[in-house]
Amino acid sequence: MLELLQYEFVRNAIAAGILASIACGIIGVYVVVKRIVFISGGIAHASFGGIGLGYYLGINPILGVLPFSIASALSMGWVSKRSRLPEDTAIGILWALGMSIGIILVSLTPGYAPDLMTYLFGNILTVPFSDIVLMLILDAVILVVVYSFYKEFLALCFDEEFATVRGVAAERLYLVLLCLIALTVVVLIRVVGVILVIALLTIPAAMSRQFTSNLKKMMLLSIIFGAVFSSGGIWLSYMFDVPSGATIVLVMSVVYLLYSLVKGIGSRGSA
Amino acid sequence: MNSAVIELKDVWVHYDGMPILEGVDLVVEPHDFLGIIGPNGGGKSTLLKVILGLVNPSRGVIKVFGDTPKSARRDIGYLPQYSLFDMEFPMSVWEVVLTGRLGHTGLLKRYSEDDKKAAYDALEEVDMLEYKDRQIGKLSGGQRQRVFIARALAGEPKLLLLDEPTTSIDSIMQEEFYELLNKFKAKMAIVMVSHDISAVSVYVDKIACLNHRLFYHHSKELTSEDLEAAYQCPVDMIAHGVPHRVLKKH
Repeated sequence: MLELLQYEFVRNAIAAGILASIACGIIGVYVVVKRIVFISGGIAHASFGGIGLGYYLGINPILGVLPFSIASALSMGWVSKRSRLPEDTAIGILWALGMSIGIILVSLTPGYAPDLMTYLFGNILTVPFSDIVLMLILDAVILVVVYSFYKEFLALCFDEEFATVRGVAAERLYLVLLCLIALTVVVLIRVVGVILVIALLTIPAAMSRQFTSNLKKMMLLSIIFGAVFSSGGIWLSYMFDVPSGATIVLVMSVVYLLYSLVKGIGSRGSA
Repeated sequence: MNSAVIELKDVWVHYDGMPILEGVDLVVEPHDFLGIIGPNGGGKSTLLKVILGLVNPSRGVIKVFGDTPKSARRDIGYLPQYSLFDMEFPMSVWEVVLTGRLGHTGLLKRYSEDDKKAAYDALEEVDMLEYKDRQIGKLSGGQRQRVFIARALAGEPKLLLLDEPTTSIDSIMQEEFYELLNKFKAKMAIVMVSHDISAVSVYVDKIACLNHRLFYHHSKELTSEDLEAAYQCPVDMIAHGVPHRVLKKH
């Protein structure tokens, strides 16, 4: 595997994998413990509208995703808290709306849309250096915000009403959390694409939860799991010439399922 | 000049056009231990949420420590109704109790030594210090309720609001729990809502009855007319749960 590192695209891929693991390790823990997997999936899929926007404007689609995913995070948060619609209905509508906007904008763009599949399913082996820089910046933003509001986020996830009573601006903070999910989506799109983002947001965090009941340790473990699985996925996808994003998700899912199975058998044996 | 802890004047709350609270007047004095009973859906939790400023009234005036509920929150300790929270939530008893200090610490700061001391004292007071590093889900119902009391106490409140505090614990633990509350009476006013009339009537000093309208005489006595009006049915529905001491001895 070491001789692979002489290629720049492999080094970029591994850097992208690690940067993605940091974002999804930290934010994924919040997604899992606050049980906002569905709204996170909604934000991720709706972000496809931003890719369409990027194509339509003729800019780097990732730069189209950034404002679009923030906007969809804010509107989903707002609608789910304020509208009279049931939360999951509202999310379902916005989820599909964002994707539809993306499809329309891509079809309005003259010519053929190259590497559209890359944004849908990711291709970590083609990440350009400029996107690595963007991922680095977004990771830094996520780290700073989570560090600053750590105790408020923890209180918010555990008991939103009590946090409000203690003077935490819970609704605003919730919107901040959703915006961080939007940033994470942007970081992850290059790696696994909008369709598979939700796997990286949930599997490493769900696995780390099996090993610790401390939120900080959970984050650290999730980052490690994410980095190991994505590196393994990159290697396998290179070896067998299969799509990298799907391979990473497959590796994570299989390891998680096997672990759950072994643990299930173990606990039945001891009971 | 204004010494009342809570002052509600003609408070109305509507939800979807349906009145939940109808013209509620209530005065709670310092060191009161008030129990509010009433049927489910009678607006008990809503009343507490109005006092906390979580629910806005459609009409009426609410003063807590002579101020708006939102500004007074810092001095209110709150025990929410037992809910099926995530037993696996990755948080220790200590971290849960510290969240009671959030109003004192402020944004962008770590918990201070004062915060830690208050949390430590609160855990000691409810006799749960030895469980401080335990994950919050790995406690019995009664122990968890003590931790949530400690979380409310950590903010050094002058008013404690308890929403159905004993539903999740068995009757032996309930007795202990009420004994614990008795200790706090000297330091703060306590308002507790419950549908468990028998338990409430033994431990509280004053009792009120709420079913959209509030019946309260600043004493531990309710008339049978009050109870009938509140429960909208005569004694048979409540007879098994009502010790006679609630009703005036005529």
